[in-house]
Amino acid sequence: MPRLISKPIPSSEITPREVYLNRRALLAAAAGGSALAMMGKAAFASGLRRPLEALPNTAPKISDTPTDHDLATSYNNFYEFGTSKSDPARNAGTLTTKPWTIEIVGEVTKPRTIDVDQLIDMGLEERIYRFRCVEAWSMVIPWIGLEFNKIAALVEPTSRAKYVKFVTVNRPSEMPGLRSDMLDWPYTEGLRIDEAMHPLTLLTVGMYGQTLANQNGAPVRMIVPWKYGFKSGKSIVRIEFVEKQPVTAWVAANSREYGFYSNVNPEVDHPRWTQKRERLLPDFFASRDTEKFNGYGEQVASLYSGMDLKVNY
Amino acid sequence: MGDQVSRLRTVSESSGFSRKRLVFGLKVAVFIVSLWPVTEIVIAFLTGNTRLFGANPAEKILHRTGDWAIYFLLITLAISPLRRITGLNDLIKFRRMAGLFAFFYAFLHLMSYIAFDRFFYFDEVLRDIFKRPFIFVGIAAFILLVPLAVTSTRGWVQRLGGHRWILLHRSVYIIAILGVAHYWWLVKRDLLWPAIYAGILIVLLGYRLLPKKRFRG
Ligand code: HEM
Repeated sequence: MPRLISKPIPSSEITPREVYLNRRALLAAAAGGSALAMMGKAAFASGLRRPLEALPNTAPKISDTPTDHDLATSYNNFYEFGTSKSDPARNAGTLTTKPWTIEIVGEVTKPRTIDVDQLIDMGLEERIYRFRCVEAWSMVIPWIGLEFNKIAALVEPTSRAKYVKFVTVNRPSEMPGLRSDMLDWPYTEGLRIDEAMHPLTLLTVGMYGQTLANQNGAPVRMIVPWKYGFKSGKSIVRIEFVEKQPVTAWVAANSREYGFYSNVNPEVDHPRWTQKRERLLPDFFASRDTEKFNGYGEQVASLYSGMDLKVNY
Repeated sequence: MGDQVSRLRTVSESSGFSRKRLVFGLKVAVFIVSLWPVTEIVIAFLTGNTRLFGANPAEKILHRTGDWAIYFLLITLAISPLRRITGLNDLIKFRRMAGLFAFFYAFLHLMSYIAFDRFFYFDEVLRDIFKRPFIFVGIAAFILLVPLAVTSTRGWVQRLGGHRWILLHRSVYIIAILGVAHYWWLVKRDLLWPAIYAGILIVLLGYRLLPKKRFRG
């Protein structure tokens, strides 16, 4: 979308200044190794971002340093808040993220509704993952969350649960983008059950030591690091275990261009973007070779043994 | 009597002179303003302030140059109708500059694609051209712009002869259609802006189909 004057909103303008400064102090403290909890969760008003305690899990190693926090929160695809990359940071402030519950239903023995705070109390990990968008750019982001399989264990999926469907919140009054019929709202994504249960698949509640920014999918989103970013649904209110492969939003919109699997793969070109190389933001040049499964092949390639990934794109 | 005539002539000549100067001054001003989008990029580079362009500066540059290429194409096409409607004949003096700026920004746009997106892998550029309709159409528009830019000088008008020159330069209609089609095809989902440009283009081209006499005034 054309914008003659582009001014990325500094986060000091989005957040009250004291909170911003506190956050900076906290990040500095975190970098110095002191406990994030020192300020106490109550020091932050509800609705504002607050620090999260998380154990760093460095098993999925990544050599690049994390992307600047302000870039990761100012360049987002979240069409519910507008289609330009800067729209979500500008518009997502209207989303009420507290209280927030997720309904977990479908082929499970113990369907339940769970509050995000309960998720947080289950204990969190920090994982630094490469985040690869289908538009051929990537960032490196320290996410905070818990393995999705821990949530699945709570509801006990039955043997009929072959897929998991993730549904994003649908609140036209708070999400201006829903007025357009660009996609079938609410935004829906899905994974095969073994993909969902994989230890790399993270139900995510935070980033950079704090709760998620609204534009990044607060208060709870998926992160599936070996797939293109759009597979990782944001602001999730409903998780369904289902028998049949769900029709996801982008597949419904354009099944020729977007497949159900959408694994990061330099060998499978998207009609719009070659996937051979990527731009690690904020670099100028798309000079980084795309890694198959976004570099997580060692952990996940076995999920697809025997499958033709050019057909199942 | 003779005195009066000569005095009148002096007045009209001096007003013609100042009008020329006015047009010249305006041309310089428009030239400088038209360079601003690229100047801002250069300044950001030189001062190392790439944050001006957010997380994806290369994409910003690609999009900004593409946007300005299309703005200048539409401006170029708007000049004749505006001239006819307003009766401001001097507007024509800005048309060549607008057209050349369209070419200038299209060139920068193409270069940023080759450098930033394809990282100078020309085999991939070639594959892109034949695989992706929006790139094909974009490159077609650019290639068609080249002869127009080359023959934009007064010398070329004379060499070709006014009639042939006009025929050649009518290809700008096709270029503009290709430019809008390019944008239409590349957007993922949100067709708002391509549709706005398409609307403007339809008005500008449609105007040329109207019987001319009524609008000469
Ligand atoms: C007269 C010629 C051209 C015009 C008027 C033009 C115009 C545009 C416009 C308006 C945009 C959208 C900018 C935005 O989203 O704000 C764009 C994007 C783009 N153009 Fe062009 N363009 C032209 C030629 C080309 C050529 C020759 C190429 C490459 C060979 C090219 C490659 C691209 C690419 C890669 C994008 C960005 C696509 C994306 O964001 O996914 N264009 N162009």
